[in-house]
Amino acid sequence: MDSLVILIPVSLILGLTGLGFFVWTLRNRQYDDPKGDAERILSTEWDERPKR
Amino acid sequence: MSAVLSAPASACPACVAAPAAEALAARGQEAGLVLSLPTAHCAACIVDVERTLAEVPGVHSARVNLTLRRVSVAADPSVRPAELIERLAGIGYPAHELDPGLLSTTETDRISRELLMRLGVAGFAMMNIMLLSVAVWSGAEDATRDLFHWISAMIALPTLAFAGQPFFTSAWSSIRAGRLGMDVPISLGLILASSISLYETMMHGHHAYFDAAVSLCFFLLAGRYLDYRSRAAARSAAEELAALEVPRAIRVTPGGEETVPVAALAAGDLILVRPGGRMPADGVIVEGMSEIDRSLLTGETVPVAGAPGTAVSAGEVNLTGPLTVRVTAAGRDSSLHRMADLVAAAESARTRYTSLADRVARLYSPVVHLLALASFAGWMWASGGDLRLAVNIAAAVLIITCPCALALAVPAVVTSASGRLFRMGLLVKDGTALERLAEVDTVVFDKTGTLTAGMPEPVGLDDMPRADLGLVLALASASAHPLAAALARALRDRGLRPAAVEAIREVPGHGIEARAGGRTLRLGRAEWVGAAPADRLATHFAVEGRPALTFLFADRLRPGAAELVAALRRDGRRVILMSGDGAAAVAALAGALGIAEWKAGMLPGDKAREVQALTGAGHRVLMVGDGLNDTAALRAAHVSISPGSALDAARVASDIVLLGTDLGPVADALRIAGQARTRIKENFALSLGYNLLAVPIAILGLATPLIAALAMSSSSIIVSLNALRLR
Repeated sequence: MDSLVILIPVSLILGLTGLGFFVWTLRNRQYDDPKGDAERILSTEWDERPKR
Repeated sequence: MSAVLSAPASACPACVAAPAAEALAARGQEAGLVLSLPTAHCAACIVDVERTLAEVPGVHSARVNLTLRRVSVAADPSVRPAELIERLAGIGYPAHELDPGLLSTTETDRISRELLMRLGVAGFAMMNIMLLSVAVWSGAEDATRDLFHWISAMIALPTLAFAGQPFFTSAWSSIRAGRLGMDVPISLGLILASSISLYETMMHGHHAYFDAAVSLCFFLLAGRYLDYRSRAAARSAAEELAALEVPRAIRVTPGGEETVPVAALAAGDLILVRPGGRMPADGVIVEGMSEIDRSLLTGETVPVAGAPGTAVSAGEVNLTGPLTVRVTAAGRDSSLHRMADLVAAAESARTRYTSLADRVARLYSPVVHLLALASFAGWMWASGGDLRLAVNIAAAVLIITCPCALALAVPAVVTSASGRLFRMGLLVKDGTALERLAEVDTVVFDKTGTLTAGMPEPVGLDDMPRADLGLVLALASASAHPLAAALARALRDRGLRPAAVEAIREVPGHGIEARAGGRTLRLGRAEWVGAAPADRLATHFAVEGRPALTFLFADRLRPGAAELVAALRRDGRRVILMSGDGAAAVAALAGALGIAEWKAGMLPGDKAREVQALTGAGHRVLMVGDGLNDTAALRAAHVSISPGSALDAARVASDIVLLGTDLGPVADALRIAGQARTRIKENFALSLGYNLLAVPIAILGLATPLIAALAMSSSSIIVSLNALRLR
């Protein structure tokens, strides 16, 4: 039962981290053009100097 | 600690996302230019287009959206869209300018992002609560169970307060309007379940429904999101069609020519209409000779001559020479707008269609509430006044009957069917169009531009003297007139080469003139060439001093038209042809397609009245038409389809837009609509069957949170899978 003291906060923190990342992807407009983003990784345009 | 962690999670997205969305929207407006890129499809296309546009001086940035097939460009005001389109055409990408004012993408984006955020929050909360619930189901007791219930409550309550808002607001507005929508039992279920569970947690009870409430919210939001996305996709594509025609006119002022929005025109203005251009307003020709195509307004295929003094109406197309027109009526007074008023009248006369889902919801909501109330009363009586038990069971009934599968049943099928139709080249603009399409028993077609391609082709060329045809080709090639262009194309297809001619010139409103071997050659109108006028669409050719040749034209059938009519008749549907064109042309086409019922020479009002009469006689009418003269009938019909080549007023008025030139997909649309209706009904039956099984368990007080969670998830997944079966 002592393990719960660690495991419960861990599960909550992991869940919140996941949610945090989801919010970040959403605010970063990553769901606006799913088809385009899938194709963009095939382009070598920014491989050497990643676009900021 | 968990309270501290979960509170910002629910409060933060609402307050942080909104300003961020506004900032992004503002950046979108600064982009200024939006181009449609219908052929872009791969990584190389993205790179080519973005690189090419970035090289244009004055362009700050260009970003391709492959999902929408658009590119947004941020550029200095000095950069002209025509220049960008030319550059893109140079590297092989046809592009069209879109009117950014008509594309309400930012609003659509905002709502869909908001729904996605709520869906995500509900999803993550659901997963976390489920973890804790599994422990309770597998036997956690006493203090541990209470602790787990408390943690679940701290995650669930803020989540429901945030993610459930769309249901709460819609339920509140429907209660205030005195109706019981689907959202009322949903909201009641969510609120009752969470308050009961909170109370049980405080009283160290065994059952808490936090997991059920949150997963219910999650599945319902998924249905809502699907529904919204499929409608938004159709709407954005329809907006794109409308935005293709940037409404501008060239006004002639003493200071020179200026391009102005059509809305800025006033009676008395002088406007210049170039060949191929559409009349932006009603007026009278003051200068220039040309021919005018009225087919979109009246359905007539033969162009009429235009000379100073001829009255023209908005929407007509100028074919040959440049015309200067004095505006007599613009904006609200123009004939285009009078036609729009006709549409508005038909609109209000159209019987409002209630979707299957609404009809079911209307039955469903009262039944659910009565069931919950009855089980509450029953258990109060049976248990001798145990309020806690009775409320618990009533809440369980509400949760189990919550129309989770029902709310997914329709959106899942409609999304899947619209997606399929979109791949076939049909754009479903209206959510209930598919259901209405499935009921159609009578199909009314317009002729010009709908069953026919609207592009005349010469007939009987093989009987003409071959020697002259080379000369004809030389003359026809020099003109952009649709008849000449069609003639030139047909002659070139026969392997002919243009003969050598000199001094070739186009005489606006008359035809083309040239010299060869010391004689004058003329191709054009009968009077000018010196030939006997034909009663059909025709052009004439004469070499000086010799009798004239007459080339007759016939409008070609649109591809797939014959098959479509045959398929409709095979399915036992009544097919009617209504046209504004002359009786001879209509009868010929009806005969060729095997359509028994046809009406010719119809005015726009006649078509709408005829459709209304059919509807009044109990028929469900599908109207297929493209012209301004069809718009009122398109609106009056039970459901309507227009080709993408139609005037935008017609496209706006219709429920479904055909993107390609082939009419064949219309038959598929009818078939898929029928299938979709079957699937929707099956899904309703599945949900009902599930309720018949689960509700008695809940009423008997045997439902546990585990049973509720299992029943709800499995029924939602089953209806989604059933929707995907659509083929």
